Amino acid sequence: MSARSRGTVGLVRTDRRTGALLRARGATVRVDGTTLLDGVDLDVLAGEVLVVVGPNGAGKSTLLSVLAGDRAPDAGTVTFDGAPLATVRPAELARHRGVLLQENRVSFPFRVVDVVRMGRAPWRGTDAEDRDEDVVARALDDADVTRLAARRYPTLSGGEKSRATFARVLAQEPRLLLLDEPTAALDVKHQERVLARAREHARAGGAVVVVLHDLALAAAWADRVLVLAGGRVAADGAPAAVLTTDLLTAVYDHPVDVLPHPVTGALLVLPRHAAGTVGAPADPTAPTAPSLAEDLA
Amino acid sequence: MTATVPTDAPADGGTRTALPGDDPRPLPPAVPGRVAWLFGGLTAALAVLAVVSAGSGQLHVPPDEVLGALARGLGLDLGPEPSHPNGYAALWTIRFPRVVMAILVGAALAAAGALMQGVFGNPLAEPGVVGVSSGAAVAASATIVLGVTVAGPWTTAGAAFLGGLVATFAVYALARSGGRTEVVTLVLTGVAINAVCGAVLALFTFLGDTQEREQIIFWQLGSLNGTRWAYVGIVAPLVLVGLVASVLMARRLDLLALGERSARHLGVDVERLRIVAVVVVALLTAAAVAFCGIISFVGLVVPHLVRMAVGPGHRVLVPASALGGAVLLLAADLVARTAVPYADLPIGMLTALVGGPFFLWLVRRTRRQAGGWA
Repeated sequence: MSARSRGTVGLVRTDRRTGALLRARGATVRVDGTTLLDGVDLDVLAGEVLVVVGPNGAGKSTLLSVLAGDRAPDAGTVTFDGAPLATVRPAELARHRGVLLQENRVSFPFRVVDVVRMGRAPWRGTDAEDRDEDVVARALDDADVTRLAARRYPTLSGGEKSRATFARVLAQEPRLLLLDEPTAALDVKHQERVLARAREHARAGGAVVVVLHDLALAAAWADRVLVLAGGRVAADGAPAAVLTTDLLTAVYDHPVDVLPHPVTGALLVLPRHAAGTVGAPADPTAPTAPSLAEDLA
Repeated sequence: MTATVPTDAPADGGTRTALPGDDPRPLPPAVPGRVAWLFGGLTAALAVLAVVSAGSGQLHVPPDEVLGALARGLGLDLGPEPSHPNGYAALWTIRFPRVVMAILVGAALAAAGALMQGVFGNPLAEPGVVGVSSGAAVAASATIVLGVTVAGPWTTAGAAFLGGLVATFAVYALARSGGRTEVVTLVLTGVAINAVCGAVLALFTFLGDTQEREQIIFWQLGSLNGTRWAYVGIVAPLVLVGLVASVLMARRLDLLALGERSARHLGVDVERLRIVAVVVVALLTAAAVAFCGIISFVGLVVPHLVRMAVGPGHRVLVPASALGGAVLLLAADLVARTAVPYADLPIGMLTALVGGPFFLWLVRRTRRQAGGWA
């Protein structure tokens, strides 16, 4: 109930942009002579969902690890709420930012509910500890894993693990959510659910950084899109301004069409498929079509 | 499909399938109800075994007389006195210190195993398997052969601690990669460290005189024979400090199971936790090894059984393993003393005899699980 009211209140969002929660200036990361991240400037603002996209090796995960404080940039600065990120104590930082990584293994057969309860660890010894069970219950529900609460984590499927970990991050109640490919293993329903929850978090005054591969999802859920290419910022702005046919085609080195949805007017991002050239699917004489039909029959 | 899908749809009650009893159903409890039974059962088993063990052997003392002797020794005039003329003295000078030592050493080894498994994120980590015990034994036998007595009666224990520490850090540095330790690397590192320590032990055996040789062989076999109160007095504080430190670390070890990065994201100072844990493992192992030699597999078998019974949460696992280890070693020592009349079998041989096959089974099981070898 409180979740819903937070969602509606947050609709007046532009006013909430009081300043950057996280600010990177000239962030550069080099590994063995290779520059993974090259002078990235970035402001993560409260109240918005920032989606980071880019081809493989563009530096998306590296950027996220720099923003999370896992890796100090070799050059440039990252500040959290005005303070250099490296000077914020891990325990303090854990109450303000949660991170969902791509790979989420758990070494021992903990139950899902145990894993989600671990998200409450930063709040031990504070007044917030009293709300632990409520927060955990809501996080389980938000990630749609309440049914799996008593299951052993290692027995879950990839998508279920991803959702259980998302619940753990939500239980942490951070202002800043850093999500690395949260939807990669998820079905359509849960992709929508996770990103809707992320947007709700932003509307309630939080900040969200999401790394996504799916440009259609990026177009649908981003308030702002950062396009990375070769470790540099290729574009940073509103989805409609950034996600253009020209830019995406250049960055991905592959034809990508961006057009308005015929009914809703929403942004559609469609990578061209070699197999999907005009006429091919409808052409009954095409050699692949009958065999496909036979296979299906 | 409409364009106006509300962003808060997932929070809307309508989209969730309302299962019967969905909302009122409480979450599974953090600590299962079985835990109380486990602790109760283990404590009872420990008490019964301690009394039976103290009364068993060449000189048999019935349980009520054991309790009577215990009470009298503590200044209470309760229960019957041992009927055998030497009963009281035998209990207090030989049996009781040995029983207490078995409890301490069992608790130390099992807790060290649980701790090490938590730090390495690997259920096969164990002081004996990965070579920490033999590292401690090498340093301890060095003090025997080289006649080092810088710290008086604490010399051997101190050397064992240092040797264990060096071995633990060696394993830690060699077997870890990307914050995790894979089974193959860990076991092979253990093979290498055990081989080196075995060679050094062999060298000391070669260099030593007859009496020193006997002492070194005793390290390798492991035995509680000849335990005196003075030894207990040295081992007990080490074990108590180690156990308290282990229990204090338990919550953070849970978080470590999520992986190094995720643990750090939840506020754990991972490097410090690892180093403290490694020191505590060395402390507990040294305490166990200092006077009793290498007793392997206790730290492997016990935490595994506890995990099967009540799950992997370290807040329960660490104390329950300590208790279970005490029970196991007390039982093993009882067998060692009574299985063959007039003979005191090496307890390390017994635990290895049972633990070895268990280890094999565990390796096979781990292998079947995805990622066990990856």
